[in-house]
Amino acid sequence: MEQTHDEMLKSSLNRIEQIAISDPRLKERSSWDCVLLSRQPGRPGTSTYINLICDEFMELHGDRYYGDDPAMIGGIGMIGGRAVTFIGNRKGTNLRENIQYNYGMSNPEGYRKALRLAKQAEKFGRPVVFLIDTPGAYPGLGAEERGIGEAIARNLKELSVLKTPVLSFIIGEGGSGGALGIGVGDKLYMLENAVYSVITPEGFASILLRDPSRAQEAAEAMKMTARDLKRFNVIHDIIPEAPGGAHTDPAFTAKLLKETIIRDFDILCAKKPATLVRYRIKKIRGMGEYEGEKSWWGPLLQMFGIADRQGQ
Amino acid sequence: MKTHVAKEQRPDSDLCPNCHQSVAPEILVEKLMVCPECGYHYRLNPSSRIAMIADSGTFVEFSGELRSSNPIDLAGYAEKLLQSQQESDMQDAVVTGTCLIDGQKAVLGIMSFQFMGGSMGSVVGEKITQAMVQGALTDSPVILFTASGGARMQEGIFSLMQMAKTAGAAAILEQTRTPLFIVLTHPTTGGVTASFAMLGDVILAEPGALIGFAGPRVIEGTIRQQLPPGFQRAEFQLEKGFIDAIVPRDKLRHTLSYLIKTHTRSKAHKSAPTQTGDTNDGTDA
Repeated sequence: MEQTHDEMLKSSLNRIEQIAISDPRLKERSSWDCVLLSRQPGRPGTSTYINLICDEFMELHGDRYYGDDPAMIGGIGMIGGRAVTFIGNRKGTNLRENIQYNYGMSNPEGYRKALRLAKQAEKFGRPVVFLIDTPGAYPGLGAEERGIGEAIARNLKELSVLKTPVLSFIIGEGGSGGALGIGVGDKLYMLENAVYSVITPEGFASILLRDPSRAQEAAEAMKMTARDLKRFNVIHDIIPEAPGGAHTDPAFTAKLLKETIIRDFDILCAKKPATLVRYRIKKIRGMGEYEGEKSWWGPLLQMFGIADRQGQ
Repeated sequence: MKTHVAKEQRPDSDLCPNCHQSVAPEILVEKLMVCPECGYHYRLNPSSRIAMIADSGTFVEFSGELRSSNPIDLAGYAEKLLQSQQESDMQDAVVTGTCLIDGQKAVLGIMSFQFMGGSMGSVVGEKITQAMVQGALTDSPVILFTASGGARMQEGIFSLMQMAKTAGAAAILEQTRTPLFIVLTHPTTGGVTASFAMLGDVILAEPGALIGFAGPRVIEGTIRQQLPPGFQRAEFQLEKGFIDAIVPRDKLRHTLSYLIKTHTRSKAHKSAPTQTGDTNDGTDA
């Protein structure tokens, strides 16, 4: 029998409570449990972490073309004497906020604001932190009219050569192109119970398994947990959460996030921006698994050489 | 007029899928697979496209040996690949190579919707990237024909990463000042739209092509109403400012030739004053 939305929500919440009180050392958490934890309304989001990490923070608004997207936060924070640009998805914790923040799904304005603030950071030599937590980019009428595809594409291109250190953290849901649109950087981390995938398990189930109710099975098959992506070398490392999940102790994760940010920026900010960009491009160039020749490093170096000569 | 359409391209039915008028196959071929009644552009396979765009006999394929693996060990993917390879005569959803267009060198990449919906997995992403590298190293404009439903879900996160990879390649290609021309064909959506397809120096589209990020049904599901007629079509994208021109198929070859000509700079301008010898000999150190 099909469950109603309320029944599904209730069973999800029951499961999350069980996870919170179960001993995480007993066994590895299932992919579906991570999906539930990553989506649950009480999970700390971008604003919570910014407040816990920064000594001071000032939000900056607008993309300068069309509007301000409340589903994307951006601004400048201070961490122990260093100015850092923070950009991240914003979700609500109740129905009113969910509507206000469009369930964390950005329109093109959000991606264009993110790029504007990243370029601003580059100009003033500030490093950038992206905090990712979105089901995906908004699949709406206005988003298409204003070029959501172009907005994400431009971010991928510009961020890959942004001349300042960039760290990305998937703190909850890493939903497809909408997540990737603020996910290109020098290092990518995931929180322990975060997920990152090309499509939702529900979408995967309905398209490839031809049955939307097989989402749990899809979640396992897609390999979308931090553990999976660490094994694939897609992410740099996993940031632990409190044993019952991040919502049981936001300060625990915030402290680890802050330590990681300080540690990485101490190293990355000392590098020449041009060197940083070459390392980043090399990392991006190597992504993918296929059969055949993989000697791409020589040609890429030659391409860098041509780019250098053109830049003179 | 010389026939530019591969044999296997010819449709099963004489009826145009758009206007349902009867069209004689030989007329269709003469019209480059465009319905003479309504202007509907039939889907083309890469060999027909190459025949229409490249100077006869100049196309030389590269990176054709790359094969998809099954990176997330998904049940059924290997079989699906094999089936698509047998049905399409292609190894994956894009063919890349070098060619001449009116005697001018170019790198050509042609996606095919017939192969798993033109979806971009690791092989497609790698071949698109190699096409851009090849363009930079041989000082040739890169021309990419897109046709895709988006990222190849069967490769999980690796397919998503191809968006970053192709867009990153476009960023370096730009730094080498190598032109990138995109021709959007029906349909181009999802992760291909949200990566290299929207990053051309010039972006062209075939008439009537569906071009967007989210698919029409997904959007209808979100807004719970029917989309207006013409939504996300090439004409809509032109009006919204996201493409440079809509070019009918019989004008495409000339248009691309013109773009190559107008984007070629003199060697004196291109080389730095201190540089000696050919900057782009493409040989390994």
